[in-house]
Amino acid sequence: MSALASRSPYAPKAGGLVAEAAASWLLAIFWILPLLYAVWTAFHPAEFSTRFELAAPLTLDNFRRAWAAAPFARYFLNSVLLVALVFGAQVILCTLAAYAFARHEFFGKGIAFALVLLQLMIMPDVLIVENYRTMGTLGILDSIPAIALPYVASAFGIFLLRQTFKTVPKELDDAARLEGANDLQVLLKVYVPLAKPVYVAYGLVSISYHWNNFLWPLIVTNSVESRPVTVGLQVFSSGDQGVDWAIISAATLMTSAPLLIAFLVFQRQFVQSFMRAGIR
Amino acid sequence: MDRRNFLTGATALAGLASGRARAAEATEITFYYPVAVGGPITKIVDGYAADFEKANPEVKVRPIYAGTYQETIVKMLTAHKSGTPPTTSVLLSTDMFSLIDEDAIVPIDGLLKSDADRGWLKSFFPAFMENSRTAGETWGVPFQRSTIVLYWNKDAFREAGLDPEKAPANWDEHVAFAQKLTKRDPSGNATQWGTQIPSSGFPYWLFQALATEAGTKFMDEAGTHTFFDKPEAVEALQYWADLSQKYKCHPPGIVEWGTTPKDFFERKCAMMWTTTGNLTNVRNNTKFPFGVAILPAHKQPGSPTGGGNFYISKKVPAEQQAAAVRFIQWMTSPERAAQWSVDTGYVAVRPDAYDTPTMKAYVEKFPPAAVARDQLKYATAELSTHENQRVTKALNDAIQATLTGSKPADRALKDAQVEAERILKPYR
Amino acid sequence: MKRWRIARQINGWLFLLPAIAFLTLFTYWPALKTLVEGFYSTARPRRPAHFIGIDQYRQLIDDPVFWQALSNNAWYALVSIPVATGIALVMAIWVNDRVPGRALARMAYFTPTVLPMIAVANIWLFFYTPQYGLLEQVVSIFGGPPHNWLGSSSSALAAVTIVAIWKEAGFFMIFYLAALQQISPVLAEAAALEGASRWQFFRRVQFPLLMPTTLFVLINAIINAFRTVDHIIVMTRGGPDNSTMLLLYYVYQVGFSFWDTGYAAALTMVLLALLAAVSLVQYGWLDRRVHYR
Repeated sequence: MSALASRSPYAPKAGGLVAEAAASWLLAIFWILPLLYAVWTAFHPAEFSTRFELAAPLTLDNFRRAWAAAPFARYFLNSVLLVALVFGAQVILCTLAAYAFARHEFFGKGIAFALVLLQLMIMPDVLIVENYRTMGTLGILDSIPAIALPYVASAFGIFLLRQTFKTVPKELDDAARLEGANDLQVLLKVYVPLAKPVYVAYGLVSISYHWNNFLWPLIVTNSVESRPVTVGLQVFSSGDQGVDWAIISAATLMTSAPLLIAFLVFQRQFVQSFMRAGIR
Repeated sequence: MDRRNFLTGATALAGLASGRARAAEATEITFYYPVAVGGPITKIVDGYAADFEKANPEVKVRPIYAGTYQETIVKMLTAHKSGTPPTTSVLLSTDMFSLIDEDAIVPIDGLLKSDADRGWLKSFFPAFMENSRTAGETWGVPFQRSTIVLYWNKDAFREAGLDPEKAPANWDEHVAFAQKLTKRDPSGNATQWGTQIPSSGFPYWLFQALATEAGTKFMDEAGTHTFFDKPEAVEALQYWADLSQKYKCHPPGIVEWGTTPKDFFERKCAMMWTTTGNLTNVRNNTKFPFGVAILPAHKQPGSPTGGGNFYISKKVPAEQQAAAVRFIQWMTSPERAAQWSVDTGYVAVRPDAYDTPTMKAYVEKFPPAAVARDQLKYATAELSTHENQRVTKALNDAIQATLTGSKPADRALKDAQVEAERILKPYR
Repeated sequence: MKRWRIARQINGWLFLLPAIAFLTLFTYWPALKTLVEGFYSTARPRRPAHFIGIDQYRQLIDDPVFWQALSNNAWYALVSIPVATGIALVMAIWVNDRVPGRALARMAYFTPTVLPMIAVANIWLFFYTPQYGLLEQVVSIFGGPPHNWLGSSSSALAAVTIVAIWKEAGFFMIFYLAALQQISPVLAEAAALEGASRWQFFRRVQFPLLMPTTLFVLINAIINAFRTVDHIIVMTRGGPDNSTMLLLYYVYQVGFSFWDTGYAAALTMVLLALLAAVSLVQYGWLDRRVHYR
């Protein structure tokens, strides 16, 4: 991709390049500043969380105190279970539905599709009061499935996969059927493998969304056994005794570390998946 | 393994088995307690529960740590609505009316059989009982309670030419001291504020201190009438707003509750008003000598109480309720109350706790621990009405409107009073 | 052949069924129930819910907090949507050009997306803290007057809006970046031959080709403007004096701290109506202007 950019006659040159680079760095510094601050505060004693001296001693004490102050190991487990459950269910439900919309003609398809698109706007996040009641009726309040269920059928996922499945050449589909594959086998053998980049890109979006989701988990959970990291973090930072940024920063880094590291390691793949997925 | 060891093991096993059998006949009580799991307080409470079981083998106590007060009451009400409430729980004293409205709790006096038991309810500081009683019945038993006190930086006082051992005794001194304590850089920006009263989150609590000092109450005992727009209340709010707007000795706008202790540690404010529950935090984090005093008086000294009471659920068997009463009596005995205060920094809930050897030794070593007690004789009940959250929000909005300068004190409080009238009308 | 068609019909529905079932249970049904609830009073132990017609909505019209939440949310959306989208586009163009250090810049822009809002809001709280907060330290270096950013009605909403923009711009950048890299380089050469300036190239070629992405980003930005309240919970709780009260946060407060589910239902309906109106505009107007498959 760098080769393409370099050939473009509109790539900035000389003075323009310097100005653009400077501007992009400035913005980048501004954008990364909160993270830098969190790193600074987390690794220094509390009295340096508002003073920035190079001589400040380094410490891991904040991490130790944060880890001891709340059952973060359990919160991590809960969050991992949550995102796995949500993403796993989303993949299955959305793949099936997208296949139906992309390659099947059936009665009421138009209306069904419009209804699905409606959920792009009217999402579960705003229906907190009624969904809370539903979970109460189902008797699953304060459990990980209760956090996950409203999100498992995702209009975004269905829409995205439908767009992708539509670009799969019809000939591949026909060929598989001629070989005797049934409807489901065609889906699994032809469509799903071709849509792999879309699954990766969608996985990134879904996992980061649900790892970071807060309001709904806050409402439906109230015990350590079901709380995800975000809610655990809030319970732990909303103390009666004032904010301690050193511990909060340490906890913030701990809770975001899995996503952050995954992103740093896989960022090239992520961006390329997005490009190949053709989300645009 | 030799024979002797084997025998010991067998005896222990047998003992364990009989212990189990005994436990099976025992009454089990569940106990919701508002604290995030893993903190030092859970260990203390677990220890108390174990001690109680040792003294009362026929009762088993199961503490359940449920997070913040807000989360605990949500959890308690959810459990109540699904028919499986905890036997007892510690919830905000101000939630009393909400719990009564939800039909979730029973009056404590109905569960007391003997005169000695009834005498027990009279052993608490009267200020704490104000939030625990309505219409002649007692619904809550004080347990982890607090009040607001003033912390001051003795170094800053010395630098400003004030007596470092003397806190402001009244509102005028408070302003005068604060003005002397406010330091500015050459361009006129404050580098140290004289005083700081936090106003985010629950400003009504801090405001209630000022209003009590000005000589007014916020609500009646039935929790159906409020008196937000009394002239004394207006005077109190005006005083608070004037600290920053007129006297320029208090930071402008809304002051964050959570950052106030930090501001104090960083010497950005020389005096702060905050809960006694912060005592240990301040003690551990200040790098300068500090003092703790009762709040400055106006017509009278005063502060609202705060914190949590024990409640007993309605929909549980009578023998569990009786066992819960015994547990609560044990938890609030003078020795226990004293130990609790020493361990946590909360106020011991009864006067005789301060006569115990534990407490005497502690106060001697750390005199600020007695300040909250000394203030209790002037303390009033924290604002609590039916639909408490909603009424409180109306008042919070009014306070913030005045402090940010968008509404004058009298109009803001008038608006809050009108709103409270509307909310409370159905309960009269 | 006909039987095969019928089989496909049935299969189509079977494939769709699980998704539709979940959508019905957790989106359509609750939405309908919210509509109905809005016409009933809130159940209390001694007073069960009863039909009260449009009383909840009458209360809503008289409720100044509701109107403030509505206008706050409108400002929040009107500012955060175009600004976040614009910054995302600029970021994408910069990262797409061959500036040195662009990999680092891309990482910096995207990082806020993977951090939990609830955590970074606590850090922004420090940035905005009066006196020793980072913003104050920077402002005072340049001799600016001190300001209580979150503690004044005039600046609190702007302060939380900035946090929202910061959080989502990097996410939108990824979509623009992907789209930019799919524009054929031949177009740039052709435009250069015609003597188009860089601005003209952007205006006449790149921007129209990015239109589907812009639409996608706009929809996401609109949704976020109505559903992201995590930073409000941490930073201001709707204060001071409701100046950062947003609709969803008000729903949360009425529903889960006042336990007034009837009134919360009426508020939710307003939110749903707003979102429905946005979707109508999207399908009816934008769709015609944007080339979509």
